[in-house]
Amino acid sequence: MQARYVLLPVLFALMVAVASVGPAPAGTIEGKVTYTGTPPKMKPIDMSKEPTCAKEHNPPLLGENVVTGPGNALQYVVVYISAGEQSAQPPSEPVRYDQKGCMYVPHILAMHTNQPLQIYTDDPFTHNIHPMPKRNPEWNKSQPPGAAPIDTKWANPEFIEVKCNIHPWMHGYFAVLNTSHYAVTDNEGNYSLKGLPPGKYTVTAWQEQYSTQSQEVTVGPTGAASVNFVFKVTPYLY
Amino acid sequence: MKRKPVFVALFAASLILLFATRPTECFAQIDIHIHTATNTMESHIHGLTGEAFGDGQGRPDVGAQLYRRYCIGCHGPNGDGSGENAMWFDPTMGFAKPRDFTLAVFKCRSTPTGTLPTEEDLFDSVTRGFVNTNMPSWRPLTEQERTNLIAMVKAFSPRWQAEKPGAPITIPPETAPTVESILHGRELFDKIQCWKCHGPEGRGDGPSALTLTDTKGNPIRPYDFTTGERFKCGASNQDLYRIFMTGLDGTPMPSFSDNIKPEEAWDLVHFLRTLQVTLKTPELATFQTWLKGHPNTLKPIGQEVP
Repeated sequence: MQARYVLLPVLFALMVAVASVGPAPAGTIEGKVTYTGTPPKMKPIDMSKEPTCAKEHNPPLLGENVVTGPGNALQYVVVYISAGEQSAQPPSEPVRYDQKGCMYVPHILAMHTNQPLQIYTDDPFTHNIHPMPKRNPEWNKSQPPGAAPIDTKWANPEFIEVKCNIHPWMHGYFAVLNTSHYAVTDNEGNYSLKGLPPGKYTVTAWQEQYSTQSQEVTVGPTGAASVNFVFKVTPYLY
Repeated sequence: MKRKPVFVALFAASLILLFATRPTECFAQIDIHIHTATNTMESHIHGLTGEAFGDGQGRPDVGAQLYRRYCIGCHGPNGDGSGENAMWFDPTMGFAKPRDFTLAVFKCRSTPTGTLPTEEDLFDSVTRGFVNTNMPSWRPLTEQERTNLIAMVKAFSPRWQAEKPGAPITIPPETAPTVESILHGRELFDKIQCWKCHGPEGRGDGPSALTLTDTKGNPIRPYDFTTGERFKCGASNQDLYRIFMTGLDGTPMPSFSDNIKPEEAWDLVHFLRTLQVTLKTPELATFQTWLKGHPNTLKPIGQEVP
């Protein structure tokens, strides 16, 4: 009887100790990206020029310029540390961009400058990948079915629009950043930037239609900081 | 009577002022004219005496003067293609807008896609001009003048300081334009889907043709082989080879160098020549002779992928 009364508090104390000491106290910045106003209505994509894709996507997919989620959430917003970080090395593991059913997957791919980028095709017809940068060299390569992935990288930070000229509805972005702390919001508008040492940071959010927003935030020694962004949307695209 | 000398003195002073100031005004005006005239004369003299054919080194300062005279109207004072004439170029009618030199992205290159062109590539472009655009051939300028202009073009983008031109692609000797080569080229044309833009008969009327835009968002047309016109980047088989292996940067035409082997590329060149029906090319003659002996054997191009 008496042993049980002693054992339980000891166990409880041990659990508390493990919980507080166990995981490394790396800071995290989390938050949600939402919008105010009326977002544009995305049109269904007409893929009739590529019958295989039209058949695959029935009912047709909608454009991805502005994608919203429940509770005014805004998807495909790139959130990243734009200032305050110590110089970061580009990771050596490649990021992957897919062409699947006449769509780019993911719609927006974030990467570090000089990080290897691999572009795959999964489709039984030819695509051309045409990134249109302003601060990096522009190129345009064809990729027939079964072709090897294209290996490349970008030296300068920039949001690069990517297009397939053969299938003009295929449209996406490479978010080339000077940081490895980035995230693209999910359908609920959530993002999280993990593994940040304590310090003062500038967090920037970029949406392809509505430009960028920045906020300053301080991450404490054990802390998690919360930064939310609200984009004012317009009912038309530009 | 006593007041008169004062009036005389004033009158004389005003006359002196009038004559003293006038000549300087005139001089300033004449100076401009003399300056321009001398430069034009110089360029003619250089052309005549051959003095201008020289070191082959482009001089951007001399190039700037030539640029102001010949290029600024379309390519603009900042080299970004926004000259005062640019607004009259209608891309919907097939007339491309003037090139924006600040991006240093060029169609006609011997170098891989994404790299800067060589000095010769730019020299050839200036010399050749561009078919179906407002860019004429600048062959009337001396070689040195064209070289100086290229030095000026390069001054518009910092890329020319930061990067080196790409290594030109190697073009193997041309293979024989046999029926086998043409037929294999036809297979390639179908397989890599050139017809998506250029059309099954090369008429520039493929399913994606009407949606094409260049990097600046202006409409652009795929080449219509049946017109038999020169290509934008040359007229020879070598030029044709180079066009699809390097791609025309800034346009929807991609590079196929990763997907066509060099020996196959000549087959594609030979087939493309058969599409130029108005030119009556030797490749077309070979192909037509073969077709007469083999009716209804070829699968039409551009059928649905199984």
